[in-house]
Amino acid sequence: MTTAPIDHATVTEPPAPVPAPVLELRGAAVRTGGRTLWSDVDLTVGAGEFTAVLGPNGVGKSTLVKTLLGAVPSAAGTIRVPARTDVGYLPQRRSFDAAVRIRGIDVVRLGLDGHRWGLPIPGVHRARRRAERRRVDEVIESVGATGYAHRPIGRCSGGEQQRLLLAQALVTRPRLLLLDEPLDSLDLPNQSAIAALLGRICREDGVAVVMVAHDVNPILHHLDRVVYLAQGRAVAGPPAEVITSETLTRLYGAPVEVLRTADGRLVVVGVPEDCRSCGPCC
Amino acid sequence: MLLAETLAPAFSWNPVADLREMWAYPFMVNAFRAGAVVAVVAPAVGWFMVLRRQTFAGHTLSVVAFPGAALATLLGISTTLGYLGACLTAALVIAALRERGRSGGAEESAATATVQAFALACGFLFVTLYKGLLGGPQALLFGTFLGITTGQVGLLAAVGAVVLALLAVIGRPLLFASIDGDVAAARGVPVRLLGAGFLLLLGAATAEAGQITGSLLVFALLVMPAATAQVLTARPVLGLVLAVAFGLGACWLGLIAAFYQPYPLGFFVTTFAFAGFLLAHLGRALAGALGRAAPRTGVPA
Repeated sequence: MTTAPIDHATVTEPPAPVPAPVLELRGAAVRTGGRTLWSDVDLTVGAGEFTAVLGPNGVGKSTLVKTLLGAVPSAAGTIRVPARTDVGYLPQRRSFDAAVRIRGIDVVRLGLDGHRWGLPIPGVHRARRRAERRRVDEVIESVGATGYAHRPIGRCSGGEQQRLLLAQALVTRPRLLLLDEPLDSLDLPNQSAIAALLGRICREDGVAVVMVAHDVNPILHHLDRVVYLAQGRAVAGPPAEVITSETLTRLYGAPVEVLRTADGRLVVVGVPEDCRSCGPCC
Repeated sequence: MLLAETLAPAFSWNPVADLREMWAYPFMVNAFRAGAVVAVVAPAVGWFMVLRRQTFAGHTLSVVAFPGAALATLLGISTTLGYLGACLTAALVIAALRERGRSGGAEESAATATVQAFALACGFLFVTLYKGLLGGPQALLFGTFLGITTGQVGLLAAVGAVVLALLAVIGRPLLFASIDGDVAAARGVPVRLLGAGFLLLLGAATAEAGQITGSLLVFALLVMPAATAQVLTARPVLGLVLAVAFGLGACWLGLIAAFYQPYPLGFFVTTFAFAGFLLAHLGRALAGALGRAAPRTGVPA
């Protein structure tokens, strides 16, 4: 009796299970005040992927983030997002003025336990409280904010505040991080430092990052995907496919040109008049 | 009202003898008890008020306390009930106005000011209608320690305990909502509800403080201790503890001074609280100057 030799080389391995995406939008649409802000938006973001939401002012980029948070309902299609406790959120530019006398570390800590009612009773849950303190120190260290976490947050610079707020959003180890123009009002060195930090969090910790951006250039080489919103529609895909003259011309329905400068920056020119109020968007 | 004119007690610099002398009068014992309750409740609530930048709402609530107390005097009921009723009603009105406008907006402050002006006018009318004792509106506006009954102390303590208990329950989410409303809302903290609830606590605390300092000087206990604490520390828990300690200090020192000196209580409480605030700023400036002057060793740039 012969047994057919098993040729290991030809045995097909079962395909590696495709991990379920962290968030998925299918044909999503948002209506505000009887007007459709945008519709037919498809977006899939997996763990460890960095996605930027781009487009002119007033097109509904922040609303897209609020839809992902569950704060704004979608009028159509399906939306799958992680549970609220699995989402870290950094809203549009908040800055604490110098009069705010709360330490950065307290602000980060609130991200962990600020939703809990009642006061911690001394002596109860000691292990948990110790673990929470360690987690707060660890996340502050990971964003490089240890040096100023004990200062009143109003005394920190814009970049320092942004790092502390990022630590606050990350302190619960979210699977999805939603950021609304986190680089706004930072100077260029701080912009690229925060962008690099976000890229690292995304790759090393496997956090899915969705970030609304005014200017794609500081984050361009960290990006896996962009969603470009304009004229109530959206295109999603890798940046090299979306931020092109052809795609954006189709999206805007008007001739738009994407130029690449010598240092690799992208500049979008010819954006229709009604979108241009904010200056160059990309 | 000016006790020293009739009793002429002399300050002996012997604390035990002085306290014994003061506490021989039941009204002074009541005043100290009421002061203790108020000086714990008002600074704790005031600490959040300063953080939330709602001093204007606090000021309006305190002004509303005046017609409340005047009406209570006119009707012959306890002024404590008058303070509480008026402040809680006004807190509800301000909270309702906030619901419509965006919180902190121009509309809110204009509406709050409208409430304030009307309340003050009503208070003046009630005082004019009363024409009675109390030497006109002065005691209601600037405070007195005379005539606090044991029943009123009991009511103050009960209301104070409820306020502190509620504050302990909502404290952490309230802190989160106060410094970081958007993120707190995203984490499921009921930010608007907490805002309205806090206004009610503020109304109750204002009514209590008005009992000691008069309705125009409630900030002596509501703002000054909290502001002093925030000068000295950015730690929330330590800040709250310090605010209460400063409030107690200012209130009791004020009571002692007002007992021995022929000047009003509200003036003394406010003056001690203000002195503490100045000292705190001076101390911080000195610490800063010393820190700069000291050579920085061992700290790499």
